[in-house]
Amino acid sequence: MNLRSALLGAAAFAALAPAAMAERGSDGHVNIIYWQAPSILNPYLSGGTKDIESSSMIIEPLGRFDQDGALVPFLASEIPTVENGGVSEDLTTITWTLKEGLLWSDGTPLTSEDVVFTAEYCMHPEGGCAQLSKFDAVESVEAIDDLTIQVNFKAPQPNPYLPFMGGQSPILQKAQFAECLGAAASTCTEQNFNPIGTGPFVVDEFKPNDVISMSANPNYRDPAKPAFATVTFKGGGDAASAGRAVLETGEFDYAWNLQLAPEVIEEMEKGGKGQTVAAFGTLVERLEMNLTDPSSDLPADIRATREAPHPILSDVRVRKALSMAIDRELLVEIGYGQAGRPTCNLVPAPARYASPNTDCIGQDLEGAMALLEEAGWTDTDGDGIRDKDGMKLSLLYQTSTNAVRQNFQDAIKAWWGMIGVETELRNISGSVFFGGDAGSPDTFQKFYADVEMYANNFDGTDPQAYLSMYRCGNEPKPSSQWQGENINRFCDPEYDALLDELAKTGELEKRGEIAIRLNEMLTKDTYTIVPLVDRGRVSAHSNTLGGVVLNTWDSELWNVADWYRIEE
Amino acid sequence: MLTFTLRRLLIAIPTLLASAIVIFALLQLAPGDPMANVPLTVPPEVKQKMREALGLGEPVHIQFWKWLVQFFWIEPQVLIDNIFGTSFAEGKLRVLSWQTRSPVMDIVMQRMPQTLWVVGTSYLVGIIIALPIGIYSAYRQYSVFDQAGTFISMVGYSVPTFFTGVLLIVIFSVNMPRESFFWFPSIYDTTHQVDSWSAFGFQVRQMFLPVMVLALYNAAQISRFMRASMLDNLNQDYVRTARAKGLGESIVVMVHVLRNSLIPVVTVIALGVPQVFGGAIITEQVFKVNGLGHLLIGAIEANDLPMVQTLTFIFAVLIVLFNLIADVLYGILDPRIRYD
Amino acid sequence: MTDDLNETVPATGGATQAGGVLAAPLPSTPPRSQWHEVWTQFRQHKGAMMGGIVFLVIVLGVVLGPWLWPLDPAGIDFRARNDGPSLAHPFGTDQLGRDMLARMIDGGRVSLSVGITAMLLALVLGTLVGVLAGYFKRLDNALMRLTDLFLALPLLPLLLVMVLLFREPLAKAFGIETGIFILMVTAIGITSWMPTARIVRGDVLALKEREFVLAARSIGTTNTLMIARHILPNVISPIVVSATLGIANAIITESALSFLGLGFPPDFPTWGRLLFDAVDYMQQNPERVVMPGIAISLTVLSVNYLGDGLRDALDPRIRGR
Repeated sequence: MNLRSALLGAAAFAALAPAAMAERGSDGHVNIIYWQAPSILNPYLSGGTKDIESSSMIIEPLGRFDQDGALVPFLASEIPTVENGGVSEDLTTITWTLKEGLLWSDGTPLTSEDVVFTAEYCMHPEGGCAQLSKFDAVESVEAIDDLTIQVNFKAPQPNPYLPFMGGQSPILQKAQFAECLGAAASTCTEQNFNPIGTGPFVVDEFKPNDVISMSANPNYRDPAKPAFATVTFKGGGDAASAGRAVLETGEFDYAWNLQLAPEVIEEMEKGGKGQTVAAFGTLVERLEMNLTDPSSDLPADIRATREAPHPILSDVRVRKALSMAIDRELLVEIGYGQAGRPTCNLVPAPARYASPNTDCIGQDLEGAMALLEEAGWTDTDGDGIRDKDGMKLSLLYQTSTNAVRQNFQDAIKAWWGMIGVETELRNISGSVFFGGDAGSPDTFQKFYADVEMYANNFDGTDPQAYLSMYRCGNEPKPSSQWQGENINRFCDPEYDALLDELAKTGELEKRGEIAIRLNEMLTKDTYTIVPLVDRGRVSAHSNTLGGVVLNTWDSELWNVADWYRIEE
Repeated sequence: MLTFTLRRLLIAIPTLLASAIVIFALLQLAPGDPMANVPLTVPPEVKQKMREALGLGEPVHIQFWKWLVQFFWIEPQVLIDNIFGTSFAEGKLRVLSWQTRSPVMDIVMQRMPQTLWVVGTSYLVGIIIALPIGIYSAYRQYSVFDQAGTFISMVGYSVPTFFTGVLLIVIFSVNMPRESFFWFPSIYDTTHQVDSWSAFGFQVRQMFLPVMVLALYNAAQISRFMRASMLDNLNQDYVRTARAKGLGESIVVMVHVLRNSLIPVVTVIALGVPQVFGGAIITEQVFKVNGLGHLLIGAIEANDLPMVQTLTFIFAVLIVLFNLIADVLYGILDPRIRYD
Repeated sequence: MTDDLNETVPATGGATQAGGVLAAPLPSTPPRSQWHEVWTQFRQHKGAMMGGIVFLVIVLGVVLGPWLWPLDPAGIDFRARNDGPSLAHPFGTDQLGRDMLARMIDGGRVSLSVGITAMLLALVLGTLVGVLAGYFKRLDNALMRLTDLFLALPLLPLLLVMVLLFREPLAKAFGIETGIFILMVTAIGITSWMPTARIVRGDVLALKEREFVLAARSIGTTNTLMIARHILPNVISPIVVSATLGIANAIITESALSFLGLGFPPDFPTWGRLLFDAVDYMQQNPERVVMPGIAISLTVLSVNYLGDGLRDALDPRIRGR
């Protein structure tokens, strides 16, 4: 299906040329549906995908990632690199230059002051900025002249493309947001609902958690774009009804992220009103093995902390056997179809950072059983469940509520049953599971289970921050209010040393090597993390909507300015 | 009756205050985190800062006091300002939603119309269908009409709306040709303005499917209670007396029996009205009506406590109010019922 | 009126006699027990007998089903995914190739037991509160304000709190399945008794002002006796309706709770859950949504007819017609 999406992309680009001749607003109206409704159009205050993507039609960053993960300038005239002198040799500064003559939708010019202000807005200590981590390494941002901005980092920054890159970090207008710094940020309803931007569309009316009505920005930099005069951006419902509205009833032109069983999508496509597009990013559905003991018999301050190693899963042979029993090809077929592929990697892309390891793909029940025997787990009482020293090989396997995940749970439980492992399943509402409520026993951080399943990815194309999550000491624990990203409680000094080396290395080749090594330490060496599926994204567009290029590295609506109506 | 009503209204104040406290305590106790929808790529320290910016770090009683002041003191001022163009509330902090960082009441007012249009209409339609069916089914107990009515209403009640809604969409939006008169939209357009007859026509069309689904469900419930209550009364002695007096059959049934049978029906209808304002969560979701029910479930999922607190409190007010109305109606329907 | 239901010698008086014009013939045979009468009448009610038989068949089906249809409801067969009905799988298979008939049988046990128990709990609570509030003026205000409060509580956070507080202790004390069963039934029961309470109270308010109650009181009937003999039999019909609607409600609520992760583990099929999962497959495998839909509807219908029969049998004026 890679070929397919590539072909579709090519077709879209080929058809783009005549459209570029068109006049702004000549193609009328377009309907977009997201089954999660946007709540706010200021991504600095939300961080939710729905909010970032909807606002990306209105406000823009200096540069974006394209469908291949390459950097493309948007408001900047070019992407600064060490080669073109935009990034200093010592990697401590990056200098951006704005395109000339850019106007905000209200007609005032965009200047470097606005960029400096945006940094100030997000870095304010009381603002509660969701994208603060992008600015973590920033020492200061200064305007050199009207069009030039220099970002100074606290330390050499091998990946300087964090602030002002991608949908998470667009430029806000200083004149509009000047009063909204710090604690005042959340009281600026008018600004947050109707940000003035440089993007192809402006907000006419925003009904939070429901619908956005937009029209073409009269001051957009390309006089021929956007082709659509007005947009309705509807939110809410579920993936199935969104897919139906595009593929079967034809009421909508674009539906985002159809997380549906492959056969359901196939059936919808028979409706003939539209087609699906798929692309892959870095999202990996994985099993996380708990290296600590979650037993409720333990005192609360020791339960699921590194002081209590897991009685079963501390043995790498058991973890490996559990991984070997899984048929990943079949999981893809059940759950994701064209939008998934089996993987053994935590970092599946970009190619530079992805390990070539494919050892885990084939299912090997015999091997798994042999490994468990070797680890001392045998079925002594003949009840079909292995045991050792009076303890049964029985695991609690939890995940969030989601039709595909429950299917995976059922399938994996069946496979583990075949190698003599008893599994108890549990599903938890996503708003509890992914919430960080320290008082709840059911969050994924607390991990009061033996195995859990979810998906995670990283922003942009650099996995450094992602791999740093598994640093020793970063695990959730009572003293940190159960906050932390090292969910498995993995701890290896060698891993931490390698992380430090990665943070100092600027050379891309070398960075790739280190990242691959780190990835393998977590996956094929220790089976701490058992990756299952590299999850792509499936979206759908109607047959009459042209110009769609699905992008998983940035906002899906990154090129909405290029969309046009195909005449039937 | 007037003193009773006044007394009940006075009692309502401590009742509602108690409800507010219980609801608040419940929401505090419930597990959940407003940051649950923020992607995992945002590190925990940043999430912690975002929580603090929302005011989550404050002690619970201060949070509650703030909400009370904002809801009972500042929001009414905003309302007065909107009506009379004054500026009492200027610069004062209103109840802000955590999801949208905008005043909760503004969003509630935005959602009210579509909820009233869709859920309100369906409730009315449901009542209008249910009462005659209930009455006639009881009058002709075990007739073909009664059996059919029983069957349809029982199936209508036991099949959940997430199924009937999707079924109607598959029939009327997917398989029906787009040009057909019987094609209906599957997605409700909340931006639609009714300003002409054709716009009204479109409004009726887009309301059709959700109203059908909900009306079936409501009618099923109400008609069962109507039928049961009518059956209880049809065999009473006073009915025989009325007939013996030579009253027409229609007067006997529609005046004497009906009036005496209405008490449980009034209760059921009054219990349902706050739910009209509360919206029909699943149906709104299926047809993307995005009314108050959708707002509430979204707020609960996102752990938007100020929104959930305000919405549930508004529902509590409506529940108290309509139960009071039901009690007053009992007295009117049956003068022997007295509360003093 | 059913107030003369317990009179051993019907001809000696009672409200019916007082208001009646026609004189009843003197009894020539010894009176039979009241419950015998009720049973005789119940047996003559065709709908009730049909309902009873269907209900019995459903119950027997889900209880004895595993012996009659020995396929494993959790048995995954990847080669038979999303198959239509066939001899091997009369109800077809689901997205993991599991046999739908076996899952329906398995799911029915959970759905029926949760539905009926939760309904009974809600009914008992609702009737108790309703009768007490309607009959005793002193309790009315307190009980009805409590009802208002419960009506106002947001269901989802309430359930989340219950699960948070009680899931682990209950699972520990009774084992995971029984623990969750108790939690589910209690959760559904205590969040759905309020409409019954309001309806019963409304009826009781009107009933207690009726002549026969006055008459009973004048001969010194105690409150307990009054409620048991005169009030309760007269509010039976709204209770019966509440019961039928309550079962449907409980079955669907259970599936909603399990879906949210508050209920049974995800590998426990229940009718509500099977129906919910199948909605996405409505177009390619319609039998998957139809079967659980029929099962729920049939159960509710049969309970409804049973209730109708019970109501008619308890009404002495219909009896013997």
